[in-house]
Amino acid sequence: MLVNQFLILAAVLFCIGVYGVIARRNAVMVLMSIELILNSVNLNLIAFALRNGSVDGHIFALYIIAVAAAEVGVGLALVLLVYRNRKSIGLEELSEMKG
Amino acid sequence: MFAASEAAAETAAVALKSGWFLENAWIIPIIPAVAFALIIFFGKKLPMKGSELGVLSMVATLVLAGGAAFQWIDRVNSASEGQYIEPVIRSWNWWQSGGFDLSIGQHMDGLSLTVLVVVAFISTLVQIYSLEYLRGDRRYTHFFASLTLFSAGMMNMVIADNMIQLILGWEIMGLCSFMLIGHWWEDKANSRAALKAFFTTRTGDIGLLVGTSILFFSANSWTQEHLGVSGFSIRGLSAWALSGSPGSVAITAGAFALFVACIGKSGQFPLHTWLPDAMAGPTPVSSLLHSSTMVVAGVFLVARLFPVFYEGMNIYGSSMNFITLIGGITIIIAALLAFVQDDIKKVLAYSTVSQLGYMMMGLGAGAWLPAVFHIFTHAFFKACLFLAAGSVSHSGSHHSFDMKKDMGGLRKYMPITFVTWVISTLALCGVFPLSGFFSKDEIIDNVGYAGYDIFMIVGLVGAFMTAAYMTRATYLTFFGEPRGAAAGEHHEEAGHDDHGHDAHAAGHGHGHDAHAAGHHDDHGHGHDDHGSHGPHESNAFITVPLVILATLAIGAGLLNATPFGEKWENMKKWIEPRPVVVGDVDHASVGEVRGFRTADTLPATQDSAVSEETVLTEETAVAMEEGVSPEAKAAPAPLMATAAPAAGGEEGGEEAIAYAAEDGHSAEAGGYDSHGSDCGKKTPEAGVCYAPYVKHAPFKWAKAALSMAIVFAGLILSWLVSVQLYTRKRGFFVGLTQKNKLLAAGHAFLVNKYYLDHLYEKIIVRGIAHPIAKGAYWINQNILDGIINGTGIGAKGVARWVYRNVDQRVVDGAVNGSGAVARGAGGALRPVQSGKVNQYGALLFAAAAVAGLVLIIINT
Amino acid sequence: MVAQNIAFGIVAAIMVWGALRVVTVKNVVHAALWLVLVLAGAAAQYVILAAEFVAITQVLVYIGAVMVLFLFGTMLTRARIGAEQELNNNSWWLGVPSAGILLGVITLALVSGFGDEELPKDAAVVTTQEISDQIFGPYLLPFWALSFVLLVAVIGAIVLARKD
Repeated sequence: MLVNQFLILAAVLFCIGVYGVIARRNAVMVLMSIELILNSVNLNLIAFALRNGSVDGHIFALYIIAVAAAEVGVGLALVLLVYRNRKSIGLEELSEMKG
Repeated sequence: MFAASEAAAETAAVALKSGWFLENAWIIPIIPAVAFALIIFFGKKLPMKGSELGVLSMVATLVLAGGAAFQWIDRVNSASEGQYIEPVIRSWNWWQSGGFDLSIGQHMDGLSLTVLVVVAFISTLVQIYSLEYLRGDRRYTHFFASLTLFSAGMMNMVIADNMIQLILGWEIMGLCSFMLIGHWWEDKANSRAALKAFFTTRTGDIGLLVGTSILFFSANSWTQEHLGVSGFSIRGLSAWALSGSPGSVAITAGAFALFVACIGKSGQFPLHTWLPDAMAGPTPVSSLLHSSTMVVAGVFLVARLFPVFYEGMNIYGSSMNFITLIGGITIIIAALLAFVQDDIKKVLAYSTVSQLGYMMMGLGAGAWLPAVFHIFTHAFFKACLFLAAGSVSHSGSHHSFDMKKDMGGLRKYMPITFVTWVISTLALCGVFPLSGFFSKDEIIDNVGYAGYDIFMIVGLVGAFMTAAYMTRATYLTFFGEPRGAAAGEHHEEAGHDDHGHDAHAAGHGHGHDAHAAGHHDDHGHGHDDHGSHGPHESNAFITVPLVILATLAIGAGLLNATPFGEKWENMKKWIEPRPVVVGDVDHASVGEVRGFRTADTLPATQDSAVSEETVLTEETAVAMEEGVSPEAKAAPAPLMATAAPAAGGEEGGEEAIAYAAEDGHSAEAGGYDSHGSDCGKKTPEAGVCYAPYVKHAPFKWAKAALSMAIVFAGLILSWLVSVQLYTRKRGFFVGLTQKNKLLAAGHAFLVNKYYLDHLYEKIIVRGIAHPIAKGAYWINQNILDGIINGTGIGAKGVARWVYRNVDQRVVDGAVNGSGAVARGAGGALRPVQSGKVNQYGALLFAAAAVAGLVLIIINT
Repeated sequence: MVAQNIAFGIVAAIMVWGALRVVTVKNVVHAALWLVLVLAGAAAQYVILAAEFVAITQVLVYIGAVMVLFLFGTMLTRARIGAEQELNNNSWWLGVPSAGILLGVITLALVSGFGDEELPKDAAVVTTQEISDQIFGPYLLPFWALSFVLLVAVIGAIVLARKD
């Protein structure tokens, strides 16, 4: 097995995730795309852990999974709050930051 | 292990004594920390609202610190001449993460004990003083809680054995300083001053973090290898700095970064602006934090890591470096500023800044001992001055601090305050034989002796100015005719607003209406007690601390009275680290050769990084004792190991033997002071140095007489001018600054504090806060308008006859065009700020992609 | 090795296809289900990479907990389960060049950086014990911090989502 086959798979997933973040207007979909990105990073970490023969990559992957769970929890709570106030979760309508 | 090594130590001729207080000095900061928690949680329910806990904890720390100091003196006396007096270091693992060990512990030596005793002592007195000064205050309990926490932080910093612990204490102090300056935060000026102090010192603290990291990453491997401690350890850093192994860039950068933190904390130029504003806090706070203890933290840090600065700033043998430069500038500019202040506390604040400049300058020139001694003496007389100023405002001037408006002639009403003030003033000016003389004059003398000639002159000029501005303040406060509140005037309506507010810059005309209500509540007592009658002496809670401090202001200097000969130089003996080469302790002590060492006397220093507790001192004593051969013992030999093999753990035994220095060396090394030591000059061949060699100027009465003459000239001249100016109102002096243009400009320059505040607030702060908006606005106002106007004017000027043909089109075109360009640029950038998250994301990732591309191009 | 490579190929193809569907389908619930496929594929890749514990955690946490959260979130914010128009925003096309350039750059860097480097052939499977030794040893402090993050997230989610 080549190192690169995993790394490039991760890169592809990452870029698909990036596309999703940019293209989607539904906040839940954006969160899903972010999950894709996080998973690609985890894949990288595990591949490097095997390559370097250390456990550190596993630890980081586990921590990322935990943080991702926390992020989804808070993120969906935010989405819920936005929906309750606006009856919509379209990100385009949330443009108070407009300069 | 403990008992065994102690037994071994008893038999040693050169073993160092220790004791319970010294070994357990780490308890000292814990006491006020616990007291703080108790005050916060239960203080309000206690009969004295928590203040008794604060005072009790301070007394307890004072006792412990005093005990430790006595045992340290014992320890020094038990050492042979020229022997390195190992500090009492203990450390525990605090936490570790990913192979990154952080310890917490104590590093007790002369320096830390000196500052510790000063902090404990002044804190005790100030807390007693505060019992009366803040009686009936709205946040009485919180005040004592903060004051106690401050002491805990400072003591923690002082005893810290590593940089992380030091930073912890340093930041606790910063926090307490903020809370105490803003104690009466209802007044906007106070909360502003608190914020300013906080932000200014924090600006410097970036340097502390950066410097600590630089030093850690460059020193860690060396210290781990040679001493078995981490790169945060103060002992390790000191040894590393003098080992000749650090690269000059690393240590210079580290020293500079650390010094930036010292500039912030110790109010050195150009970050001194926060300290005078910090006088907005209650007077006891000014006395404790902002004159005698917290602000010397920067000086303390330089003294603590002196080897690092010694190497990094190239102190030895140069005639100017960054530290002396900053110190020298600070002395002069702060002293100048003190002349134009009308607020008695601000005079003292600038005086403090100036004196801190002396300490820095001394340290920068290698006058370590005089600078540290100046910390010691300055603490007493400056605390006394502040408390006296507080006493004046408390009982004499109806809570005003304005010397010109509300004071004058108070010596008749407040004799104790007056006498203590005058004693402390003379001590501050450095009049023989008060304490200031023995420290300040030594600094000036040693600075000159070390080759920093310019700075000696700066020091003498500073001494002159000190004498002059203090005389001015004394005259305005205690002599002449009583004015304003001191004359017993009542300001029932207007006066309330003018003088009713306590400790802050009086007469600066800010928000009277806004805070008047708050102060009615806080200090209503003041008007009941004092408003009805004129100035009078304060009560015993205030005068007793004053008298004690004044006594010390007289006598403290005798602890290191250089003029009276070497016998009197006790401080030098007790606290100055001896610049001798110390055997590579850890490696020497694990040698296999010495079979008589039982397993449990074998110290755990080898793996001290992970051992639960490390008592270095006892082992060191043992190791030293074993290293010295019988001959060497007979003529008490220092551990100047000259022929030791290259340092290496395996060769510990050999090394130990090599410490048996030949007699020839012992004679030379015994008098390291006269012959000089190699520490700091050359790389020690074996073992390590913990302190660099510094020169000591021999005392000469002629030099002292010169500086005395300068001081008296300042005193007398200023007195005469003051009498003329403030009492007789002689025409020549009165309004001099208005009549002479140059003087007027200088006066305005000083009154505006060199416009530094303007620079910081108006230019830097706002520049950072709205740089783009401001820049765009400026371009709009100046350049675009300029183009439009210029074009318009030019067109008018050239000829009117083209008006109908060309003008109409060209100029209008230019005007419209420039407008369109501006609008176009704005319009082009505007969609970027769309507020749409997706587009931000697209920009983010596209930028990342471009950055990645650039990196690849660069690297291939 | 061949078997592993074949397994990798199949799983990778499924993952890429699934990921593409996640970002292109017009139905939120379908997208979530495609995401499950991708996450399961990732778990399979972890197994191929001798990381069993991470694989199990992936299944438990992601497919178990996170997906349920997503489905609940979808249900609570949109009553409609069916297909939706305009799930993409107006500037969705920006994503194509951004992601494309990024992919090109990363691939370039990876190819030039790692080339044909092989992974070690007979690496032992990382046991749970090894991982726990690390987590509760040198990485205890981050673990601690992480616990706080989770606690804060729980409290934050409750505060944000409750109705008053």
